[in-house]
Amino acid sequence: MIEIDNLHKKFGKNEVLKGIDLTIDSGGIFAVLGPNGSGKTTLIKSILGMVVPNDGIIKLNGASIKQSWEYRNDIDYLPQIANFPGNLTVKELIKMIKDLRSNKTADDERLIDLFKLQPFLDKKLNNLSGGTKQKVNLVLTFMFDSPLVILDEPTTGLDPISHIRLKELITAEKQKGKTILITSHIMSFVEEISDEIVFLLEGKIYFRGSIADLKTKTEQPDFEHAIASMLSSSYA
Amino acid sequence: MLKILKYSFFDLMRSRWSYVYFLFYLLLGIVLLFLNNDLSKAVITLMNVIIILVPLIGTIFGVMYYYNSKEFTELLLAQPVKRSSIFLGQYLGVALSLSMSLIIGLGLPFVFYGIFNSGAIWDFSLLLVTGAFLTLIFTALAFVIALANENKIKGFGYAILLWLFMAVIYDGIFLMSLVYFEEYPLDTFSLVATMLNPVDLSRVLILLKLDISALLGYTGAVFQKFFGTNFGFILSSLLLVIWVAVPTFFIQHMAKRKDF
Amino acid sequence: MKKRILYTVLFFCCTVVVTFAQKTIEVCASCETTTLTKAVETAQPFDTIKVKKGTYAEYNIGITKPLTIIGEGNPVIDGQNKGEIITIESDNVTVKGFTVVNVGTSYTTDFAAIRVVNSKNFVIENNTLKRLFFGIYLQKSNHGKVLNNTIQGDAVNEYNSGNGIQLWYCNHVEVAGNTVKNVRDGIYLEFSDQIEIHNNKSTDNLRYGLHFMFSNHDTYTNNLFENNGAGVAVMFSKFIKMYNNVFRKNWGTASFGLLLKEINDSEIEGNLFEENTVGINIEGSNRIEYKHNDFKSNGWAIKVRGACYANTFTKNNFLYNSFDVSYNSKINDNLFDKNYWSNYTGYDLDKNGIGDVPYRPVKLFSYIVNRTPETIILLRSLFIDIIDFSEKVSPVFTPDNLMDNHPLLKPTDHDRNR
Repeated sequence: MIEIDNLHKKFGKNEVLKGIDLTIDSGGIFAVLGPNGSGKTTLIKSILGMVVPNDGIIKLNGASIKQSWEYRNDIDYLPQIANFPGNLTVKELIKMIKDLRSNKTADDERLIDLFKLQPFLDKKLNNLSGGTKQKVNLVLTFMFDSPLVILDEPTTGLDPISHIRLKELITAEKQKGKTILITSHIMSFVEEISDEIVFLLEGKIYFRGSIADLKTKTEQPDFEHAIASMLSSSYA
Repeated sequence: MLKILKYSFFDLMRSRWSYVYFLFYLLLGIVLLFLNNDLSKAVITLMNVIIILVPLIGTIFGVMYYYNSKEFTELLLAQPVKRSSIFLGQYLGVALSLSMSLIIGLGLPFVFYGIFNSGAIWDFSLLLVTGAFLTLIFTALAFVIALANENKIKGFGYAILLWLFMAVIYDGIFLMSLVYFEEYPLDTFSLVATMLNPVDLSRVLILLKLDISALLGYTGAVFQKFFGTNFGFILSSLLLVIWVAVPTFFIQHMAKRKDF
Repeated sequence: MKKRILYTVLFFCCTVVVTFAQKTIEVCASCETTTLTKAVETAQPFDTIKVKKGTYAEYNIGITKPLTIIGEGNPVIDGQNKGEIITIESDNVTVKGFTVVNVGTSYTTDFAAIRVVNSKNFVIENNTLKRLFFGIYLQKSNHGKVLNNTIQGDAVNEYNSGNGIQLWYCNHVEVAGNTVKNVRDGIYLEFSDQIEIHNNKSTDNLRYGLHFMFSNHDTYTNNLFENNGAGVAVMFSKFIKMYNNVFRKNWGTASFGLLLKEINDSEIEGNLFEENTVGINIEGSNRIEYKHNDFKSNGWAIKVRGACYANTFTKNNFLYNSFDVSYNSKINDNLFDKNYWSNYTGYDLDKNGIGDVPYRPVKLFSYIVNRTPETIILLRSLFIDIIDFSEKVSPVFTPDNLMDNHPLLKPTDHDRNR
């Protein structure tokens, strides 16, 4: 599905990605983990084409994404911080995004219902709380049926019920055979849903494999400690 | 691109600032015409407004819109939309809504005043067309500056500086070189120097169309001869188009390379 | 004075005598006399010739005796472009009510429609002159009247066109109520004194609407000068009174409403200068009083070009001119006082109608333009407004004593019906 070869990215003098090689096959949930500033978001944005790499090739389904935009039709993306044009209403925003991807069928009714967003439809995005914005964000992401779903910190600001709904939603998408890429700080959430994790540290892939592999490698009984041990050993 | 243009345009059309801008011109037109009651004098005052205020508003609005619509931009970047379309769409959205505020805001009072039955209709149209061109040019320049500067304050600073240069400093340098080289024939020099700055070019184009041209004396005669011909007219229109096209090209070019 | 009374008495005696003796000759196609030339030949002094309606192809009509020649029903005298048409070489000749057309054009002789030579007491009235070279040419003639004539030329180039009404070495002539159009100079005076010019309209002329050279003690009032190539020129003259005239739309690269060159001791009062490139262009002129004039929407209201001393400008209205006053030197010996300036931005705290801050009518930009004419291309640029403002605050380049210390806050209401 995704092939990344020797990906480098610098912001000014700050080298964020230092040669990433990564292949992700179709189907399954992949968690991209790492401490702050390790390059998770940059990696994801590179796949989306929002960040232009200095070096390296990213291929999606065998085709390079460089200077092309049509491939984004196959990606649903949930940005980390839900920034929306403030003076649009929720309804207008959904309508606009649907209009931009008019070649796809959208499943917005079901999702609005799922997250109980009906009372907010005619409100301006400026006036919504962080959690509600995140729900709108989720609706926008999941309403299209794309084979690749990228979620950057999807749990931010969600109440417990919505959190459960989200997990159900992700599992359902996985059942359809989709590839799902997630970054998250909530370890329990990652452990619960991901099939495979990719651990980034200082712009490089430090570990790749299943959670069980990780536990074995670090000789730690639980996931959270395994991660912590990986961090401390690398800093030692 | 048309979709982005549409959304930017409607977004702006609903914002308070477009109304303020529109109402300002409406009020200006009404005050000039119905309190002053002298059409040609009104056109002259309008010229001052157009060559000073329109570039300033275009610059500030351009920079402001770019920084304020960062979220919108980021949202769009993840969508299957071409990058350059996003920025060109936004640029045209701003520039067109500003031009529309200008043209309708000033046009309405003049239409009610009966401009269509007056000989000043061509001067007036020229005024509006130059105003629209200046809006397009300065909004594009503002977008280029904003794209080049992540820092909002810096971006604003450079944009204001650009306006200051075009509207004031350039003429200062122009004047000093004219006085300094007064022993030399200066016709070609002043012609070229005028053509290179869109503000000056617009000013001279309007001056020549208005009756003030005779004031320009011999120099004016040279200019009149140049701009009066088809060649001069086409060349000056072409220059205005180039002034729109070059920054637009830069917008596209820079948009391709920028990280978000 | 005694001499004058004597003349008048004599004149009356003659008239009385003549009135008894005079007879009337009629000219028409079917009359006994069919041409004006013939009528003039046969007439006795002080006869009246009445020319009936019709077209008479005649030229070189020489009038050498006192006659009253009246056109009835507007007869046309067609000179067929062969030369001069009517030449008056006698005192007491009246020519009235004719249409004179097709004067010959020559590069060596100034052919005129009607010429008066060495004569007195002539009256040229209610004539229409068309397709002409020179219109009415008065030479060395005195005490005459040129009234209510219409002169319509078709001049294209200065070198092969003539003047509408020309006075050369004349004095005590009244020129009134004439309309002169499309000639070289509308009215031209050379070496002519004590001339009264009033209520004329001189428009669309190639060069000047009215032109004085070496003429003194003349007065012109209530005339309209519009859309002439260069306006009105008064040169090398003294004691000229210019009252209540209108100078309008003399618009072009080298145009002005009024040009004063080497003229002294004159009065310019109650005139309106509107929409001229330059309202008044002054060179080498001294002791002139400018009072109660309106300068409206001119490029330059007043352009002073050196060597002008002891002129006074009071109670004038300067309204919406691009430049009010322009000087080409730092020296000022002229007085500006109690004028109204529409560009004045001062205040009047004591409410006495006079601004509390003096007004400086010379802008820095006009000084720069005088020095380097090409800089005019920056007219109405924001930069220019800024430097003008700073010069206003602290004058460096413009004459610092050139100011109106009592600028009025309201335009003066002039009484033009004197």
